[in-house]
Amino acid sequence: MTRDLSKAVTVDKLTKKFGNFIATDEITFEVDKGEIFGFLGANGAGKTTAIKMLCGLLTPTYGKATVAGFDIYKQTEKIKQNIGYMSQKFSLYEDLTLFENIRFYGGIYGLSGKEIKLKAKNILSKLKISELANKKVRSLPLGWKQKLAFSLSMIHEPDIIFLDEPTGGVDPITRRQFWELIYEAADNGTTIFVTTHYMDEAEYCNRVSIMVDGKIVALDKPSELKKQYSVDSMDGVFQILARGTSVKG
Amino acid sequence: MIFQFRQLIAFVKKEFYHIFRDGRTLLILFGIPVMDVILFGFALTNEVKNAEIAVIDYSRDQYSIEITNKIMSSKYFSSIQYFNKYDDIGTSFKNGSAQIAVIFPEGFANKLDHENKADIQIIADASNINTAIMLTNYTTSIINDYQTEINSSVPMLIQPKVRMIYNPELRSVFVFIPGVMALVLMIVSAMLTSITLAREKELGTMELLMITPLRPITIIIGKVLPYLVLSVINSGIIIGMGMYVFNMPMNGNIFVLLAESTLYAITSLSLGILISTKAETQQTAMFVSLIGLMLPTILLTGFIFPVESLPEILQYVSAAIPATWFIEIIKSIMIKGLGIEYFWKPTLVLIGMTIFFIMLSLKNYKSRM
Amino acid sequence: MKAIEIKNISKSYGDITAIDDLSFEVNKGEIFGLIGPDGSGKTSIFRMLTTVTLPDKGEAFVQGLNVRTDFKKIRKLIGYMPGRFSLYQDLTVEENLEFYSSVFNTSIADNYELIKDIYSQLEPFKDRRAGKLSGGMKQKLALSCALIHRPEVLFLDEPTTGVDAVSRKEFWEMLDRLRKTGITILVSTPYMDEAAKCDRIALIKDGKILNIDTPDKISSSFQRTLYAVRSADTHQLILDLRSWDKTHSSFAFGDNIHLSLNTDDLKENDILEYIEKKQHSDINVAKIEPSIEDAFIELLKQDENHD
Repeated sequence: MTRDLSKAVTVDKLTKKFGNFIATDEITFEVDKGEIFGFLGANGAGKTTAIKMLCGLLTPTYGKATVAGFDIYKQTEKIKQNIGYMSQKFSLYEDLTLFENIRFYGGIYGLSGKEIKLKAKNILSKLKISELANKKVRSLPLGWKQKLAFSLSMIHEPDIIFLDEPTGGVDPITRRQFWELIYEAADNGTTIFVTTHYMDEAEYCNRVSIMVDGKIVALDKPSELKKQYSVDSMDGVFQILARGTSVKG
Repeated sequence: MIFQFRQLIAFVKKEFYHIFRDGRTLLILFGIPVMDVILFGFALTNEVKNAEIAVIDYSRDQYSIEITNKIMSSKYFSSIQYFNKYDDIGTSFKNGSAQIAVIFPEGFANKLDHENKADIQIIADASNINTAIMLTNYTTSIINDYQTEINSSVPMLIQPKVRMIYNPELRSVFVFIPGVMALVLMIVSAMLTSITLAREKELGTMELLMITPLRPITIIIGKVLPYLVLSVINSGIIIGMGMYVFNMPMNGNIFVLLAESTLYAITSLSLGILISTKAETQQTAMFVSLIGLMLPTILLTGFIFPVESLPEILQYVSAAIPATWFIEIIKSIMIKGLGIEYFWKPTLVLIGMTIFFIMLSLKNYKSRM
Repeated sequence: MKAIEIKNISKSYGDITAIDDLSFEVNKGEIFGLIGPDGSGKTSIFRMLTTVTLPDKGEAFVQGLNVRTDFKKIRKLIGYMPGRFSLYQDLTVEENLEFYSSVFNTSIADNYELIKDIYSQLEPFKDRRAGKLSGGMKQKLALSCALIHRPEVLFLDEPTTGVDAVSRKEFWEMLDRLRKTGITILVSTPYMDEAAKCDRIALIKDGKILNIDTPDKISSSFQRTLYAVRSADTHQLILDLRSWDKTHSSFAFGDNIHLSLNTDDLKENDILEYIEKKQHSDINVAKIEPSIEDAFIELLKQDENHD
């Protein structure tokens, strides 16, 4: 199988059923290389299931998909080497120092000691926390932890990074600083696949998809979606599309 | 109202939902005891086949020959050796060519015909305790069968006189099953209660329970009660297995034993509650109750090593372990067939320990985090 | 008498100060919002007021009762929804509600009117295990359980965190209806748009209050002129504005950038001129009213400069 590098993610009628329940229902979309792709939906709409399939953690019931040019059925190991993942729940090891965390994650992806040292230096100086290298992660404010976790999820320079509600609970300034890190990564050619419940963050994406009951009901640039539904914010779009679904269990 | 009856009922109901919806709890509760008793049991107790028997027949009459033939034709014995003198038995035990010996005294048939009763001596090599027990049991039952066969008209009584040499007190087997019973009841009860309270802490539901009008004692009783019911059922299962799978005798009153088992279960449960007042996570609770209780219970209660052979200081430790006292109670009831007047002391010790554990738990139970 | 009174409260966990000499009051019948990021001390305030923990220093009162000495009485008057979903996941919706009503010595039927609005949406799923509910439904169940004994004061610690925008909106509509029953509600949230729905809010950071007031007054505490600026390339625009020596602050708000200047001499045209010079297209500059989030960001900025 030749590896198609023009698209970061291609998904074709991807479906996952749990018994009678259809978690994702023939979803189809593509994500361009270097794009910031917002993956929105109400709780229980099927986002997590879709992300798990794309990361190679869950086998689809049927449908096709490639991530970084690799097939999600046959090349899950390759996919894992070429993606990064970070969620709000993704936690650094609190009882290890910043540097020890970096060394651990670098080690996982097979970086040499020299490379790790270099990476550590770059990451910490970029986040302006070089002097904290030997401090325990526990002592770090939440915002810094999130930013460090994001940097660590990119330590192996993945093609795509999946961010699952990365900014939950952080203060408004840190949230924006975090998005600047995202922009920077995208500018460097990394594809960003992000979920969020902050609708203003949806506006920061190049394109967004909105999932309702396992189906993608909208997929476009935020500006186009707002025009289409005649509202002035993504929150308005979301309220129109997703309302009525949340009363389901 | 001091006793929150309605709240208690609601709490107990909730606990039963947890228990019956969690396969793991049920497995620990009923699977582990059965598995442990069987595993421990068969590790020491095996059905013996193809054993070798030595016979000294001073009588050589119709009865003694027929009994010898019966023994020979059973599946348990593969070969038979005839000796003329007593000392040869010791030699054959030592070199392993026989594990059991049957001795017919002089005039065996004569005595049986005229006095309607006669003795048979059975000697077993008790250095291998389990084999010895099994073989004597087989041999006596063969003799008993024969006895019923010939007892058509006049009742005749053959009295097997069993003698165990090399280990006349039969340590281990009779100690072993009570030990397993005490161990399993302790672990299961203490572990489950300590885990269930720690789980509420972990899930954050404890925080909500704290600010409800529930009193600490209601919460503790609400936690103990469901597990007590299950532990009593469990004791029944374990006692039953001891009796029917491993042939423990039941010489005393089984209801007294069940009552004592209930008391011991309460002791274990309150110990579990005590552990959980300190343990913040299910993992800690499990670790403390499993490792912290299992090793002392196995090593220091007479389960494996006789308490009398322990160093003096460990004998004091032994006295602080509930299982030590419960093992004594089981032995008194099941083996010795004694009444309560002989084990009121260990019973009182268990009651005292229970009160102590509950008081300490109530003191440790924090109404705040 | 106030529903809640906090006087110079401090609380530390080891060497971490969670609450730092904090004071505020909540009036009866109002929705009071604690707005701040994770780790700002919101949960510690809740635990202390619900008598789950004790303060190290200071005094606190709920309905005039002291959290140190009258904790048993307080516990009967309050409903609490902790930050983490704290119901029994292996019990069904109905079993959870029944358990909590029994514990408070009441019944679902007795208080059905109060929770009807919320619980009616859950009723079709009353036999479903709580662990199998969606995020929004879990919040509704937790709220029903917290209300089942008709509390006088309701404590809601981040009830909408991790909940989608639609469910969040519905949740606040419920709180609004609850307010009409006269119940006092203390609620915390990291979402700024929810702050506007409270009667009064306190902005918190690092265990300290940055500001307390009505949402309107907090917004208008932002004293500079604020502009919404937009161009085709938002990221580049931020970088360009940040490097401008006239910029006081520039933060992304959706597809706009909220810009304030360090001088009152410049007007929209001057901004437009600067941006055009930086080769941007589709430019739009408009003067806007500041929001709570603008005010909070400004307060956070000032606070960081103090550090």
